[in-house]
Amino acid sequence: MRTLAKALVLLLLLAGCSAPGHRDGGPITLRFQSLAWQQESVAAVKDLVKEWNATHPDVRVEYVQGSWDSVHDQLLTAFEGGEAPDVVHDASDDLADFAYGGHLADLTGLLPARLKSGIPPSSWRTTTFGHGVYGVPFLQEPRVLIADAARLRAAKVRVPTPERPWSWTEFRQVAKRLSGPGRYGVAWPLKEPVSATLNLSLSAGGGLFHRDADGKVAVRFTAADAVVPRTIHDQVAVDHSAPASTLGSGGSDTLPGLFAGRYAMVPLGFSYRQQIAQQAPKGFRWQVLPAPAGADGLVQGVSPQTLSVAAACPHKKEAVAFVDFLLRPENMVRLALGDWMLPTGTEALKDPALHTRENGWATGTALAARLRPAPAQSVRGYPEWKDKVATPAFQEYYSGAIGLGELRGRLEKDGNLVLARYQR
Amino acid sequence: MRTRRAARAGQYAALLGYLLFLAFPLLWLLSTALKSPRELGSPHPTWIPRHPTLANVRQAFTEQPLAHAALNSLLVALATAVVAVTLATPMAYVMARHRTRLARAATGWVVVSQAFPFVLVIIPLFLVLKNLRLIDSLTGLVLVYVVWALPFALWTLTGHVRAVPAELEEAAAVDGAGRLRTLVSVTAPLLAPGIAATALFAFVTAWNEFFFALVLLKSPGRQTLPVVLTHFIGAEGVADLGPLAAAAFLATLPSVAVFALVQRRITSGLLAGAVKS
Repeated sequence: MRTLAKALVLLLLLAGCSAPGHRDGGPITLRFQSLAWQQESVAAVKDLVKEWNATHPDVRVEYVQGSWDSVHDQLLTAFEGGEAPDVVHDASDDLADFAYGGHLADLTGLLPARLKSGIPPSSWRTTTFGHGVYGVPFLQEPRVLIADAARLRAAKVRVPTPERPWSWTEFRQVAKRLSGPGRYGVAWPLKEPVSATLNLSLSAGGGLFHRDADGKVAVRFTAADAVVPRTIHDQVAVDHSAPASTLGSGGSDTLPGLFAGRYAMVPLGFSYRQQIAQQAPKGFRWQVLPAPAGADGLVQGVSPQTLSVAAACPHKKEAVAFVDFLLRPENMVRLALGDWMLPTGTEALKDPALHTRENGWATGTALAARLRPAPAQSVRGYPEWKDKVATPAFQEYYSGAIGLGELRGRLEKDGNLVLARYQR
Repeated sequence: MRTRRAARAGQYAALLGYLLFLAFPLLWLLSTALKSPRELGSPHPTWIPRHPTLANVRQAFTEQPLAHAALNSLLVALATAVVAVTLATPMAYVMARHRTRLARAATGWVVVSQAFPFVLVIIPLFLVLKNLRLIDSLTGLVLVYVVWALPFALWTLTGHVRAVPAELEEAAAVDGAGRLRTLVSVTAPLLAPGIAATALFAFVTAWNEFFFALVLLKSPGRQTLPVVLTHFIGAEGVADLGPLAAAAFLATLPSVAVFALVQRRITSGLLAGAVKS
């Protein structure tokens, strides 16, 4: 018994530690929670933190590794408990509740002119809620088509470019032409069908969420909103140029099928190129194509990665100075290359490394000017609308269980009931 | 005789099938951990890697502080198991042997307390720990895990205590043994398998737990293994599959080892006294 008690005390002593906190009287310590996760991007961020610490002895930055998994719950608890990191890495579609909840600092008067003017207004709109700016958007990725170059050549289809993209109708025809027994023209990995559909629908003029004069948002599913969902539905159910089996899959799950020639094209986020470059069998030639264009051209919605400052941070000026350092054009390029994404900064976008044809960088960079805030960006109640109404409705529509009328009904009627609760 | 042999062979075949079914995730994890990125992207997956490599293991250890995180997890899990069992055993004894209204109410409360989901308690819990200055501390995490494991530990141990016939304790008393002597020499050995099973449960629960650790620990040096494993997963669930599988496989080994160590004690204890001699 005595041995047990000793062991217990020893374990608790070994386990016991206390938080370092901010030092009094010494240099300021800022805690920066980064969500970088790929080997190159983690290295890039850590190097930048090291460079900052070497040149700013009075403002020490402590790197904290965060995780995309459960980041919202983790941050919410930290904010509510008053223990949030000073500088927060997140995505713009996750910021609305934190901004409206008063957890993030309004950066309007704190942003240096260079940083403010270096990022286009369309990107700033992704982090603007009400009259405040609650984050700096810095990395973004359009959805592109990753194609098997040999299949395109063999089918003798016109290869689209950002200057001459396919229309949605042409895309449907091409997918049909690329199909054959046991082979599909396209595979839609739609594990998360809502953001993919809504973001691509901007090209056809769809917006789905409409803000009335009183500022309240309502869901209206117009003819423009139906273009993309109908194309996907018809490719699966009518043309059979897309398999139903990938509708519940994530992007990575479709890659083996692409490499094996089962699918000729897969719509994926731009950063998936890293996995493709790593996993593609020797001799497999792949190509990055722009997503199809609609009435509004190649426009599509994105939710950029962001850097924000916690409202409770006692050193906001220093925190913003650190963000400004991280997002200098040359540093933004390093972060973008590490994550295989596009920088938001106009200077950074001019970097030659982002204009090479290798790994499709040039195609993605050419799309940067067409990226807009995701339609659901600032809609309060969007996460609940997405989980409870839109995701099951789109999944059922794409699998053929319900028709377009039923989809419209659910998105509008059930959806507006959900949104109304957030707008009383 | 032949029929009996055939039946025995069938039993073994069924058992082997069941074992393979149970081992499938672990074996697949091992297979994935030993494959190169190119082989992972192959449309024709194989059980045995064509070109086995330890590159994923190397990458996992280079990219993330896995060994340190494993040590943190081990400390937290061991401390949780020890504290939970130390607290739950006497409580369970009292609740099993003294069936008062209070004991019944306490049992009911224990069952009800299991119904609260993590997300409901996390913010109040965070605030309590913050006031106790136990945020970002492994001691705080152990405290949470003990509180989380205690109801189940209490519940299962109460059942184990009830299974020990009170007559044995009465007989010991008749033979002149005091209360403490009876508990140590008669009850404790019979309770050992239950205590071992409960400790194992507390250990595995703490070893695998992710959400509390994610929310309560901030410093990289204090993160536990499940939290560090998520660093191989990016936005929209995209994962660095090879290193993730390698790290996840290594993370399962301590649980398996602890179970293998304790298992014999559980079964031998369960069998003890099963047959009157």
